[in-house]
Amino acid sequence: MRIAALDARASKCGLHVGQPLANARAMIEPFDVVEADEAADAKLLNRIADWCDRFTPFVAVDGPNGLFLDVTGVTHLFGNERAMMEAVLTAIKKQGFAVSSGMAGTAVAARAFSRYAPNTIAAPSGEAQAIAPLPVEALECADAIAHALKRAGLKTIGQVATRQRAELASRFGKAFVFTLERALGQNESPISPRLPLPDYMAERRFAEPVTVETVILATLRGLAADIAQVLEQRGQGARMLEAVFFRADGEVRRIAIQTGSPTRDPILIERLFRLKLDALPDPLDPGFGFDLIRLGATLAQRAEDRSIGFDDNANDKKEISQLVDMLSARFGSHRVLRFIPQDTHIPEAASLAVPAQYAAPENIVWRKKPATSKGPRRPLRLFAKPEPIDVVAQVPDGPPIRFRWRRVLHTASFAEGPERIEMEWWRHDGKVPTRDYFRVQDSEGRRFWLYRDGPYRPEAASPRWYMHGVFA
Amino acid sequence: MSTSAEKVAALRRSLATDGLDGELSRALPLGHVGADAVLPGGLRIGALHEVYAADPVHSAPACAFATALALRLGGTKILVWVATDFSSLEFGAPYANGFLELGLDPARLLFVRMPNGEDALRAATDILACTGVGALVIEIPGPVKALDLTASRRLYLAAAHKSVSVILLRPGATPEASAAETRWLVHAATSPPLREEDWGIPRLNVQLLRNRHGELGNWEMKWDCGNGLFKQPDNTNSTPHHSDLAAASFDGSLAAQGGLQ
Repeated sequence: MRIAALDARASKCGLHVGQPLANARAMIEPFDVVEADEAADAKLLNRIADWCDRFTPFVAVDGPNGLFLDVTGVTHLFGNERAMMEAVLTAIKKQGFAVSSGMAGTAVAARAFSRYAPNTIAAPSGEAQAIAPLPVEALECADAIAHALKRAGLKTIGQVATRQRAELASRFGKAFVFTLERALGQNESPISPRLPLPDYMAERRFAEPVTVETVILATLRGLAADIAQVLEQRGQGARMLEAVFFRADGEVRRIAIQTGSPTRDPILIERLFRLKLDALPDPLDPGFGFDLIRLGATLAQRAEDRSIGFDDNANDKKEISQLVDMLSARFGSHRVLRFIPQDTHIPEAASLAVPAQYAAPENIVWRKKPATSKGPRRPLRLFAKPEPIDVVAQVPDGPPIRFRWRRVLHTASFAEGPERIEMEWWRHDGKVPTRDYFRVQDSEGRRFWLYRDGPYRPEAASPRWYMHGVFA
Repeated sequence: MSTSAEKVAALRRSLATDGLDGELSRALPLGHVGADAVLPGGLRIGALHEVYAADPVHSAPACAFATALALRLGGTKILVWVATDFSSLEFGAPYANGFLELGLDPARLLFVRMPNGEDALRAATDILACTGVGALVIEIPGPVKALDLTASRRLYLAAAHKSVSVILLRPGATPEASAAETRWLVHAATSPPLREEDWGIPRLNVQLLRNRHGELGNWEMKWDCGNGLFKQPDNTNSTPHHSDLAAASFDGSLAAQGGLQ
């Protein structure tokens, strides 16, 4: 058992991270020991990261107890860099955490500052100067390398920087040189944010947190109008939108909607959000109120402006597309479907039901095959799972004479068939299952589609019969 | 045939003088002479029509009739089919290839699958607020408390307001009072023997239970898939034949396989 983390008093007493607990106990008595719970810590860190979203959407997790916030272009909202750092630190400290931070032009330098020289802010070209006095441990390289550097007499980063890159690379490896260059601000490796960044974003802060739903929806409409302006300049429309609600007590809730075709209409967006919020299984709880609401367009596509003409067809298409969006927002996109033809002879796979928001209606073309008989060859209703039935039929391949389906006995008066459908031979090694379909009419005039699963073999068990569909 | 055509024309004239002509022009005939005689000019567009199934277990004939009505009344616009999860389990899911064979292009179909009857009615109200829809088929199996006289009256008014035809398909339910324009009860009808080529074409025995502007009646119809209208079946005497169970091979040639037993 080793020490994973210490508080200020314990570190003052001479304990350090990684020390065996027994040794620590021997040195000092008594102190409180709390078992480390990494999963809970990670969850807490994620929630803090969620909460830090209010400062900038570009948040990345760094190790078990650190966060990167990319504040490029955001600092002016808080005044200047120093003011922003103060704001972030105060806000986090108010929640009861001990936090230190640093700001620089590269991630590695900022990290080094936050751990070894807290509250340093280095201008984008001044990292080399600011980082020079830090010890070499700040480079976060392997212990062996740090040890070797110290033995060589290089105790601070500034001293390491004076050395030639070539000799550092040959002694410690190229990776170390890259890290050094990033620390000095000469190189940059990208950090990837936790959540994808929206292409367009608008937000509104409230001095007095809002709880009323009408105000929230009106805010969303206003934000949608703001985004719509920028979208219009680029000739684009939004397909997926995400609204992020930041509660005053730190909870963050994200609600997303999507549309079938790109849109810029704030009223439509507000209506879709209203439907989605009403249909949420876990309703949006403002608590003490939301103090920041942000609307982002996570997926934007080209959308040309179409003038409203007298073409009824185009207007109808737009109406239907909006209807599909509304129904999908209200009931879920898996409940509003269109049928797409598939090139296969297996009946249950010949028609694919696809959510209408993902299917482009212009691309769906159903071609009717030339009929060999006058009546329909495919049933009107198909059972998703063919139901087993008991059949009396003449062996080896006669049509059904009598059959029992759902406990009712039917006597066949006519049968047409068999239509043999073989399963896809490339999916089955050896024996390929076949189905012999029959169109059967019973004495009452009802017409069924049933099949025999496989041919009759005298030495094997008799094949099963199934009811697959019903005709008109 | 000429006398009945004359009768229809005379009826039309008298109704025109009574001032009901405006409504007549928004009706489409079914194509079946007997049924069209009692319907004023045909089936009204923009009204609520109900279709019930005589057989609680087997609803496919009623479904075919509802599809046929939707096809005739919908024009070229989108058709929306609202069904519940239960109806797909109990009566089978609508099969797009089957619709294609019946004459309805599945590309025109928007299928909305709801968890239960109340949600289906709610979705129907949303759909009726949209103008691009040609016809709406609501398939609600079994009794639903929310579908009472008030609800059906609301559907009727919404349909008239937006001139969207609504067909309420109720498989497995018994006909009950509602504010519908017409109410139909559909049986399956036996096809003529295999020797005639008509075998397999949808044959229905249709009973008109309620008609706001006309008489009731009971007819046998067949649906012409190619032309999309109802026709008088050629031989109305359709007794089932218990004779040889002939199994035809799929290219049409017959091969008798011996009798029963």
